[in-house]
Formats: sequence, structure tokens, C-alpha cells
Amino acid sequence: MKSLIFRTITPVIVSVMVLFSIFVLLRGHNEPGGGFIGGLIAVAALSIYGIAFGVETVRRAIVFHPLSIAGAGLLLATLSGLLSMFFKVPFMTGLWVYPVVLGEEIPLSSVMTFDIGVYLVVVGAVTSIALSLEERGED
Amino acid sequence: MSSRRRLDTDSMAVSSSPADLSAALVLQPVAALDWLVILPVAWCISIGAILMMIRYKGMAQPLVAIFGLAVLVALDAGLLWHVAQSGPVTMVMGRWLPPFGIAFTVDLTGALFALTSAVVALVGAVAAIDDVNASGRRYGFYPFLLLLMAGVSGAFLTGDVFNLYVWFEVLLISSFGLLVLGAEREQIDGAVKYGFLNLVATTLFLLTTGYLYGIFGTLNMADIARKAPGLQSVAPLVTLTALYILAFSMKAAAFPVNFWLPASYHTPRIVVSALFAGLLTKVGIYALIRIGVMLFPAEREQLGLVLAIVAALTMLTGSLGALAQSDTRRLLGYLVISGIGAMLAGIAIGGPDAISGVIFYAVHSMLVMTALYLAAGLAARLGGGFSLGSAGGLYRNYLLFTALSLMLFFSVSGLPPFSGFWPKVMLVKAAINGDASWLAAILLLSGFLTMIATGRVFLLAYWRPVETQPAAAPQPLAFSALLPLLILTVLSILIGVLPETLLNLAQQAASTLAEPSAYLHSVFPAGGAP
Repeated sequence: MKSLIFRTITPVIVSVMVLFSIFVLLRGHNEPGGGFIGGLIAVAALSIYGIAFGVETVRRAIVFHPLSIAGAGLLLATLSGLLSMFFKVPFMTGLWVYPVVLGEEIPLSSVMTFDIGVYLVVVGAVTSIALSLEERGED
Repeated sequence: MSSRRRLDTDSMAVSSSPADLSAALVLQPVAALDWLVILPVAWCISIGAILMMIRYKGMAQPLVAIFGLAVLVALDAGLLWHVAQSGPVTMVMGRWLPPFGIAFTVDLTGALFALTSAVVALVGAVAAIDDVNASGRRYGFYPFLLLLMAGVSGAFLTGDVFNLYVWFEVLLISSFGLLVLGAEREQIDGAVKYGFLNLVATTLFLLTTGYLYGIFGTLNMADIARKAPGLQSVAPLVTLTALYILAFSMKAAAFPVNFWLPASYHTPRIVVSALFAGLLTKVGIYALIRIGVMLFPAEREQLGLVLAIVAALTMLTGSLGALAQSDTRRLLGYLVISGIGAMLAGIAIGGPDAISGVIFYAVHSMLVMTALYLAAGLAARLGGGFSLGSAGGLYRNYLLFTALSLMLFFSVSGLPPFSGFWPKVMLVKAAINGDASWLAAILLLSGFLTMIATGRVFLLAYWRPVETQPAAAPQPLAFSALLPLLILTVLSILIGVLPETLLNLAQQAASTLAEPSAYLHSVFPAGGAP
């Protein structure tokens, strides 16, 4: 889209939206949020970027093919479930560690990596759809 | 923050927790072998994901996929061995106790179906090296195949009705992808018909599952099987069962709701048709067995006559339809339907004898229908097309291929000594013992018609010499192209000549279904809270 205002404001909006999507992803364990909704916010950001600067720019910006991102997410989510094999608990049991970084305890879990996997699947799959629709629209 | 912290530690450190976790969580350590219950699905998803990431690496795709499917066969074989040794095995996701945690419960029926489907998928992946070209690979044939197998394995291994629905969705979506591979006009047409009717069936399945949940308050199959006898007089269980039978009949391609199959199975690449014929309709049959035989046996018996009539019509329309076709792929589509009719007949009769016949028939049908489609594809490549009007001359040039095809034709018609013979015998015997001699007669008649239909293919496409192109040098037939067909035919002969192992397994599987106490015990070891 050749609107100067839109093109100027887009990088700001997009970066805030991507940050917000990661925030929503990480707060998702105990509060509203999570991988699915976070992923959708990120897709919205990428779509806006695509409307402003064209699909090719988005494809370059995310480096990997969207479906590869989705595949990586699917793999990450499955591996998070399989991790419990080494602790003799059933598939997909949540496992936690509490490393202390700079005096602050940070709870990390296989639930979170699963959620990151979901985030990537949603980002990859929906971006793939959105980008090919935008490409058709440009013709 | 502090309260959240405590919540987290509760689920982690069991021993230090003040609450009694044994009421909600599985606390015994999981035996390593029990992981075989979930591994087939997790493995398929992982390999599918990796294949998605390397979608543009043309040659690596089949190698990774074939390796993945070979491991899947090994996993499923291990699972079958484990289940045969120690009875049904359960694993609950996230360690929540059933009925709240989603249970994967595998009994012999599920393990047998899973192993057979894995063998079929492996053979299909090998056959696809030749049949699916570079653009098909870029479209993602192999990732779709692996995700399809994740759905199929999940459907066979799960012990939860809603989870079964989820796996149906997974395999449905992957099958859409496979169906439109190449995006030709004809394929889109087939995919729309296939997709629309399957979506209707899936929606009906989902609605019925909502209804089921309303009645039982649980979705765990073992829990439902336990509660069903007590609710027979107060809850509309026959309606529920009838709705399930309708939904799964659509999936399985039973008579009045099967028009999607002949409309779509001839459009995709032949490997895809072969895989669909082997796998998809059998998932419907499996779900019918699970719901009709294990969960609601009494209700299925009330619907027995309806099911028997549907089965008879499915068999007859299938085999008569096959007689009327002149395109080999369409003809095979009707043979798939006729086989589904035979399996439905077994489900209609009920009782362990008939059900073991159904399970045996399903295993046979998965192998042989896939092989037949592959043979049709090969015949078309060698003899010039799928049309019976123009094909011919295969017998003169390709003796081994002709022999393999003929054996498969015999096998699908139910002649000894091939795998199709035993399940037909079992079903006919069960029908006669179950006071349904007319059904036995129709089973035999449909076998006879199938023989005429396949015999016609043999006469026209194989035996008849070609007049049009005199002395055209025959294309060389590489052994690698014959290999998938050879494997499946050998399996069919082995099952036909040495049926004892499979027969025993099928009988045990059927008796576990009829008397699911071992299944229930595996899910609720302590008898469980009601």
C-alpha cells in the first residue's frame, strides 16, 4: 500500500505487536494468554507488515519458510511431551525447573516449551495462509 | 506470586506436598514399554514436522519418510507384542487420572489395525518414490503422509471418544492435502465431494459426541463401557448408537452414504488412492467396532437388522458397481465398498466369531486393496491407461507382474489360498450360526460378483493381446517398481497359507471387545471411583 503515513507508522506498530505477542505467550501459563492467541497476534503483525511493504519483504524478514516455522513448532511441542519419558511420568506431564538468574528465580517448564511450539505452529501456518492470500491480492 | 509458586511445586515435587495427589494423579512410575502406546503417534508427528522443515530437499524427503515409517512399523509391532503379552495397555496424558486425563488405551484390535496400517503406509511410501514426482514432493506428499499416519495411528490407539474425533480431523485434513496434490481440475472436483461429505460425517460425529457427553458426563471409552449397562433403561442409548453408526458409516463408505468414494478415489495420484483405499475406510470400520461392539453392544443388537440390510446393500451395490465400470480405478473403488459391506455384515451379526472375522477381513482388506490400486497404477503405466477398453497385452510382456495381479484378484474375491479366503469363511460361518443365512448367501454372491469383475479386468487388460501397436518393444519393468506389490502379495499369501497367528490374534481381540473387563482394568486398575 503506497500510503506514506501507513508506511511510516507500520514498523512501530509491528514491533510493538510482536513484542506484545511474546508477552501474551509467556504470561499464558497462569493468566489469560498462551501460544495460540500470542501466535495470532504475531500473525496480525506480519500481515500488517505485508500490507505495507509487500509479501516479499515479509518473507525475507522471517528468514524461514512459514511452513518450516510451523514444522519446527510442531516438533518442539512433541518433544516437550516426550521429555517426560526420562522422568518416568506419562506423556505430556508438566516438568519444572527453577534456575536462579541474577538473584531472581525463573520458573521454566515443559509446559512453556509446548506453548512456544503452539505459538510457532500458529505463526507458521496462519502466516503461510495470509501471505499467499496477500500475494493473490497483489496480482 | 507466592501462591502461584506453591501451585507449581505441588505438581512437581510429589513427596513434599501436603495434598493427597493420589486422588488426581498417576503416581506410579511409567514402565518403559508402556511408552509404545503413545510413541507411534508422537513419532509420526515428529517425522512429519521434520519433513515439513525440509520440504525443498527433494531426495531427502522419501529417505526420511521411509526410515520414519519403517521405525513406525517396528514400534507398532513392538506394541502388538506388548499387548499380546500383557493385555490392554493404558497411558494417560499429563498424568491426570482417568476419566479426566485423556487416555490412550491399546488392546489387540487397536494394535493389529495400527500395525497393518503402518505396513501399508511404508509400502505406499516406497511406491511413491516412482509415482510422486518432484512437484508432488514440493507440495508435501511425504509430510502429509506422515501426518495422515499420525491421525490414523491416533484413531486406532486412543481410548477417548473426543480424542478419536480429534484424530479423525487430523487424518481428514492430511487426506485433503494428499487428495489435491497437483491441484488439477479433476482433483479439486473430487476433493470437494470427498471433503464436503466427510465434513458432514465429522460434524455428525462431533454432535453425537456432545450428546454422549451430555448423557454420560465422560468421554473415556472404558468409563462409558462401564456405565452404559446401568443407563440402558433411562437414557436414549439406541438413538446415540444409531447416530454414531450413521456418522461412521459415512466414513466407512456404507451403502446409502458412500457416493463420495467413487466420486473421488480415482482422481488423485495412484499411490494416494492406494493409501486411502487401505487406510481411511478402515478407520471408519474400526470406530464402528469400538462403538458398536465394545461400548454399546446391546444397542447395536437392536439395530442389527438395519445394519444387516445396509451391509447387504453395500456388498451388492459395491460388487455390481464394479461390474459396470470400465475404468480400473473406479472399479477398485467399488471393490473397496463391497469389502466394507462384508465387514459391516460381520458387525451386524455380532458375537466374537463374527467380530474376529471382521478384524481379520480388515487386515486383509488394508493390504490387498492397497496392492490392487498399486497394481492398477503399474498396469496403466505399462499397458496404456486405466480404461479397460484400450488396455491389454500385459500377460505377454510382464509375466511376474501378471502373476502377482492375478493372485491379488483371487485374494480380493476370497479364493484360497490367499488372505481373503479365511475372513470370508469366518463371516459366512458366523452368519449361518447367527440365523442370518440370507446374509451368508449375499456374502458368497458378492464374492462371486467380485470374481467376475476382477476376472473381466484380467481378461481385458492382461490377457487380451494388443492389436493396435504391433511388436512395440515392451518397456523394461524395474524390480524396484514391482517391490511394493511383491511385498503386499507375499503378505497376502502368507496370511492365506499360515493363518493361525492372525486368526488367534483376531479371536483374542474379538473376545476382549466382547468382554472388555481387561480393557476396563487397564484404565481403572483399582476398580476406580465411579
